[in-house]
Amino acid sequence: MEGFEVTPNEHSGISILALKGYLDAHTAPALETAFQKLIDDKKYNIIVNFTDLNYISSAGLGVFMGFIEDIRKNSGDIKLTNMKPKIYRVFDLLGFPTLYDILDEEEKAIEKFNKPS
Amino acid sequence: MNILPKTQKKFHLQLPSQSNNLALIRELVSKVASQVGFDTDEASKIELAVDEACTNVIKHAYSNNANEMIDVLIKIDNRKLIIIVSDKGKGFNPDKVQVPDLNDSIKSGRTGGLGICLIKTLMDKVDFSMKPGLKNQVKMIKYLR
Repeated sequence: MEGFEVTPNEHSGISILALKGYLDAHTAPALETAFQKLIDDKKYNIIVNFTDLNYISSAGLGVFMGFIEDIRKNSGDIKLTNMKPKIYRVFDLLGFPTLYDILDEEEKAIEKFNKPS
Repeated sequence: MNILPKTQKKFHLQLPSQSNNLALIRELVSKVASQVGFDTDEASKIELAVDEACTNVIKHAYSNNANEMIDVLIKIDNRKLIIIVSDKGKGFNPDKVQVPDLNDSIKSGRTGGLGICLIKTLMDKVDFSMKPGLKNQVKMIKYLR
């Protein structure tokens, strides 16, 4: 069956959520829980790595919309990395690239958090 | 492996209106689309549009009431695929659904409207027919090129 996994990790004070599988209205609450835990722990510098994510619907995109304001108010950010073209297309169709930092590689996101321009 | 009968022109799914059925609906839609001749890219657009229509039924028309049924009809026509998602729930006014301004949505914490916007973008033709409590219907068409 098509499932979804969020694996949290940390790299020099930056929180990384690695996504795997299928992110839809059924699985989005698992991602919400992971974001809420980071916010409860006052961890506001977050990278979401999409390498192993095969599917996303607007319910998944809604999770990123729901938390970004809170995180940016606390001087943090959510940076999105390693998307497959078909995943990026969904973000692009809804205009996310103008409001979210979407990068090819996780390393580039770590670099941006460490050396903000 | 594709186990769908090749001569069948109509597929009808009736499932409880709950989000754990979305994966099954997507799988059927994707398989039928591939069988009709859509490439992977087009098939994935159809799959997403149908997911969005069904998610709207589950969340909004039936307010997550799993006792209600969601109805998906897939018809294969000569050079097109027609998918009709129906419900007997609340319905909505399609003319009032606007493309959400992401900036405003983020500030207000509202995340609605994205699904309809995607459906209209991903499919070639979309028709809404709303009779709340009786029959609401989203008819989506994709043409083979």
